[in-house]
Amino acid sequence: MSRFANIKVGDRLPEKNHTATEISLFLYNAAIWNPHRIHYDAPYTLEIEKHPAIVIDGPLQGDWLAQCVTDWLGQDGELVTFSYANRRASYLGETLTATGEITEKDEVAGTVNVRLGIRNEAGEIIAPGSATVRFSEA
Amino acid sequence: MSESLITDAARSAIGQSQPPITVEVSRREIQKYSLATQQVQQKYLDGDEAPPMFLFGLLRPLTPIDELGPDGIARDASLPDLPLKRVMAGGTEMIWSRPIRPGDVLTATKTLSGIEEKQGKTGPLIFLHYTLNVVDVDGKPVVKERSTRICR
Repeated sequence: MSRFANIKVGDRLPEKNHTATEISLFLYNAAIWNPHRIHYDAPYTLEIEKHPAIVIDGPLQGDWLAQCVTDWLGQDGELVTFSYANRRASYLGETLTATGEITEKDEVAGTVNVRLGIRNEAGEIIAPGSATVRFSEA
Repeated sequence: MSESLITDAARSAIGQSQPPITVEVSRREIQKYSLATQQVQQKYLDGDEAPPMFLFGLLRPLTPIDELGPDGIARDASLPDLPLKRVMAGGTEMIWSRPIRPGDVLTATKTLSGIEEKQGKTGPLIFLHYTLNVVDVDGKPVVKERSTRICR
């Protein structure tokens, strides 16, 4: 039986924890050419922009959501749609968890819809998202 | 009903596109992004294919350092002049036709598709809606993106 045939609505994708560090945030912001000081300059971030700590980039959390779905999919298909929104800020020192759950399956189209979420340590979903993937051998 | 915060000048920007930008994708740039985001799939780490969110960094403006503000942020040409100055990312939705690969020469056109005024818990909010269309050298679609920014 194909992998697609075994997928059921309600199935959960493997969860993954992400703990950003000064080094990972520096490299991420260098890679995307983002010089905003709230991602690497702690005194500035606290005193001027009044955050409690260095801010974890919203789009980096978006990337963790994308990884959740593309790592689960692997080479078995392709990503068709991907969406996310940042609802609450997150700060250096926090561990965030990328989660996903199958919400819909279209047997004819060979597609699966996934609800995604970045969960903080307090259990809140601070970045909800969704994705549609198409399996090559549905 | 109070007076609208959206000026006529801002409203007239709806439907206007910024000049398209063309970018050339290198394997090394994909590899740097993949390492920085701690990807696990070999196709990303080897730079054979870009992770979906690579697009975000790929299209960021390359602003000279002496044109950055004291916060490190460049002035954003896609922002109309509005009375609410604090800008936050809202949501992003991408529709993919194919992944981005090294050697791609992509052209991206960003259009302000709408402006909405809403009343938030802590005051007025302005929602800016954008569309982004990314095509390859043959004009074939690669990805379309709809995104929202929130000014407060």
